[in-house]
Amino acid sequence: MTRLAGCGLVDRAQPLSFRFDGNAYTGLAGDTLASALLANGVRLAGRSFKYHRPRGILSAGPEEPNALVELRRGARREPNIPATTVELFSGLEADSQNRWPSLRFDVMAVTGLLGPLFPAGFYYKTFMWPARFWERLYEPAIRRAAGLGRAAEAEDPDRYDRAHLYCDVLVIGSGAAGLAAALAAGRRGARVVLCESDWRLGGRLLADGGEIDGLPAADWAVAAEAELRAMPEVRMMPRTTVFGVYDHGTYGAVQRVSDHEPEPDANEPRQRYWRITAERGVLAAGAIERLVAFSGNDRPGVMLSGAVRQYLNRYAVTPGRRAIVVTAGDDGWRTVTALASHGIEVAAVVDRRAEMPERHAAAAASAGARVFAGGRIGGTLGGSSLFAADIVEASGERTRVAADLLAVAGGWNPTVQLTCHLGGKPVWSAAAEAFVPGALPPGMAVVGAARGSFGLGSALAEGARAGAEAAEATGFSGSAPAIPFALDAEGAPAPIWIDSGARKAFVDLQHDVTLEDIAIAHREGFRAVELLKRYTTHGMATDQGKTGGVLGMAAMAALTGMDMAETGTTVFRPPYTPVAIGALAGPNRGKDYRPRRRTPAQGWAEEQGAVMTEVGLWHRALWFPRPGEADWQATITREIGAIRTGAGVAEVSTLGKIELVGPDAGALLDFLYINTFSTLPVGRTRFGIMLREDGFAMDDGTTARLEQDRWILTTSTGHAGAVMEHMEYVHQMLRPELKVAFTSVSDRWAQFSVAGPNSRQVIAGVLDPGADLADAAFPHMACGVFTALGGVPARVFRISFSGERAYEIAVPAGFGEELVRRMMQTGAAFGLVPYGLESLGTMRVEKGHLGGGEINGQTTARDLGFARLMSSRKDYIGRALAQRPALIDPRRPALVGLRPVDRMATLRGGAHLLPEDAPVRIEHDQGHVTSVAYSPTLGHWIGLGLLEGGPSRHGEVVRAANPLEGFDDLVEIVPPCFLDPQGARLRG
Amino acid sequence: MRLPCPHCGSRPADEFTCYGAADPVRPAAGAPAQVWHDYVHIRPNPYGLHNELWQHVHGCRRWLVMTRDTRTHAVLGARDGGSRGGGAA
Ligand SMILES: [Zn+2]
Repeated sequence: MTRLAGCGLVDRAQPLSFRFDGNAYTGLAGDTLASALLANGVRLAGRSFKYHRPRGILSAGPEEPNALVELRRGARREPNIPATTVELFSGLEADSQNRWPSLRFDVMAVTGLLGPLFPAGFYYKTFMWPARFWERLYEPAIRRAAGLGRAAEAEDPDRYDRAHLYCDVLVIGSGAAGLAAALAAGRRGARVVLCESDWRLGGRLLADGGEIDGLPAADWAVAAEAELRAMPEVRMMPRTTVFGVYDHGTYGAVQRVSDHEPEPDANEPRQRYWRITAERGVLAAGAIERLVAFSGNDRPGVMLSGAVRQYLNRYAVTPGRRAIVVTAGDDGWRTVTALASHGIEVAAVVDRRAEMPERHAAAAASAGARVFAGGRIGGTLGGSSLFAADIVEASGERTRVAADLLAVAGGWNPTVQLTCHLGGKPVWSAAAEAFVPGALPPGMAVVGAARGSFGLGSALAEGARAGAEAAEATGFSGSAPAIPFALDAEGAPAPIWIDSGARKAFVDLQHDVTLEDIAIAHREGFRAVELLKRYTTHGMATDQGKTGGVLGMAAMAALTGMDMAETGTTVFRPPYTPVAIGALAGPNRGKDYRPRRRTPAQGWAEEQGAVMTEVGLWHRALWFPRPGEADWQATITREIGAIRTGAGVAEVSTLGKIELVGPDAGALLDFLYINTFSTLPVGRTRFGIMLREDGFAMDDGTTARLEQDRWILTTSTGHAGAVMEHMEYVHQMLRPELKVAFTSVSDRWAQFSVAGPNSRQVIAGVLDPGADLADAAFPHMACGVFTALGGVPARVFRISFSGERAYEIAVPAGFGEELVRRMMQTGAAFGLVPYGLESLGTMRVEKGHLGGGEINGQTTARDLGFARLMSSRKDYIGRALAQRPALIDPRRPALVGLRPVDRMATLRGGAHLLPEDAPVRIEHDQGHVTSVAYSPTLGHWIGLGLLEGGPSRHGEVVRAANPLEGFDDLVEIVPPCFLDPQGARLRG
Repeated sequence: MRLPCPHCGSRPADEFTCYGAADPVRPAAGAPAQVWHDYVHIRPNPYGLHNELWQHVHGCRRWLVMTRDTRTHAVLGARDGGSRGGGAA
């Protein structure tokens, strides 16, 4: 065991058992998976992506490139999870990745010996030809050799939630700067949200000690948290990562609600995706330590120096027994002191500088460490774990020093990612030896290490001031904030350190990119950082180059001779850390992918055994099969036969219904439709077509005038929303002077189409006594308001889609189901059957009525045979452009009916129409088939189509070819109405 | 992204639908074909300030004219579209 006594923020009274690669271990509450592995002496955590080199634990946070695991088993298995971010729980199971057959013995590690096989640009150069080898050979082989972890193969059993949050001040990060900001803003009464990725607040205070206001830093963090929790307007959100910054103060965050438990509580989601809207943001996301590029810097046992302090002080674990500290500046010396104070042997300190502050000599002496001033690491030794390093002295002399821990202090990169999501570019700061935030998103302030202020005292002061300013800006003024007092650590920030002569010096540990790869990219001309990134895949792994990204750019800068400011960084885009797709999808998956709209009588249709289909968000009945019917065609043949001889009822509640009230309703309708409505008498219904302003048909439907100033307009189901928006545009923007108000009542009314010679008796059977439906009083295209079911308002329209005498009856939605049940009872004597969309559609093709195939956005009213409706006496939407020469060209494809010459032939929608003797080639194309149906009434297939010259070609025979489905038939061109063109049946 | 509705206040962008340039004015019925063509088909695509038509579909359902900077997404103002030429909110 490497657990230290008498320190740390782990609960020794709460041991937790867990498994890694099947082996049982014990950790403590407060551990991460990484700290628990280290406490159990596990140092080999995974194998690398390309070379399968053994890798250990590099960091103690979300920047981890090496220790990626598959977490949990079965349906909850999740790949590529940094062990350094996993909060340990009892029963946790994790497995290492990229190893076969086992972590310790990995066959693919031989690729490590064949390094030149995988140089930069490898994919582009090697797998170019022949293309068919990709699927069969290259890709499977590469995936097996180089894949990351495996995703679960079963459906995710967990729920994900989505929520919105509004606040005055969003504080991101809970280290010294973040806590100071939240306190300052909270004390002024602002609504503050504090987001922290970790489960424990405090950031580096938990690792680095120090004193704030005379308290140990970790205790100060506890006191600050307690004060914040007591503020009613402050919301603390631990385990919540702000991953993206969006326009106008919008932030994306994911809260890991249940990831620290074996599985979510029954009433809890696994994760919750927050959209946070904040007037002001304070970014206090700290900094991430950089790797140093030397030979063998990926050996298990190499660890970031700040992470070493985190393991020692927070988790009471030592990552090694004998350490070498490699430092580019003063920060590594804090690790020397920390190691020594925990009694860990420090064999050597390799400081890049030939001369260093005097005080370090004393620290080295008390730690018993040999100091190599101006030295560097020439290489590391060890297989799956470090056992020594070669130190190259300033003189060039090499010394081999035994050690199992190599702490590297290569300076810190401010966590600038969130400042870049709206296009801000980081700028190079010579003072901070790092890229610091450039132009900030509006409303955001950056404080502490995130802006390159690495001292504790500076972080507290900047945080407190920014918190107070943010509160002030949102209307919460007050006196100057109390600034918690602490000293800044001595010393200047460390510069980037690249040992340019090194071999196998990694700048991207997760994607196995080395200094040699950067050199290849340079040699081959991929020098700009964005090209470098794509050519070498540097910084493109799941860690997005958090520890090595800047190193690679510095390596390129060294080769090009440009400075870091000129070299710049690649663009940072959301998310800051990976976000589970499930969290983004939230509840919208499976049957809840989108809302489901139920019609008022859907329960009745389902009870009748209707076969349902999705139409937009609706579920509608297709047909109502009966026992013994061989197939759907048998069913609709029966349904249509029953309608044409008796009566049928179909629910049509999904039609768009817009109610208009006001003296100018008629004038608005005249402006919307090609034909005139203002002349329509009360109690009558009229069919109309509306165009878009570009002259093409938008929708068709009927409009009824129920009272002098009350109208009801119907739209097709699919266009209901668009027509309503169009009408609102026209009224609000173009004709605001018209005195009319309208609203969608689509959901307010249940509506049924009752068709067939006996339909009048069926309607009469549900209306209250006294309604006069006699043809003289209620002829074709009449409408009226009655009552049904004993006093329920009922609107009746005598309109027909089927060509039969037909009525539509609408009652308030809540009475829809009762109405249809009553109709089925009283209608039984008249042969009433239920029918669905398929019969509806077949009968409309028999009558040549328009559907979605005809009003397809490319047809005009003229194309569809409604030129006579286009009024020449008024202005209307689309009138001007409908007169364009191209739209009135008589050669345009226009609506025709189609009948197969061979009456046994089947027609197919989408077939192209060509002259009878022309070859099936696009230059002979004259149109296409828009709708087809088998007509049980006629006993053969019929169709509608758009054909050049249209109506002038009645009687001609053309070819309907559908090479995709292998159909090629001769069809006769006929008028689009196949049944009762005089309309004798619908008048009764 | 958030948008200011003169009737409902600052609301998330998903409540609105954008319909592009707001400046074209519908010509008189007898205007020349070219004028109609330009009204229907020609739209500016400026790098900078842009007057846009938005409808607050999941809100008050009013059509609005917003001035947005296409370079930054900053929304500089919004008024009810029905108040074209006066009475800005
Ligand atoms: Zn609104």
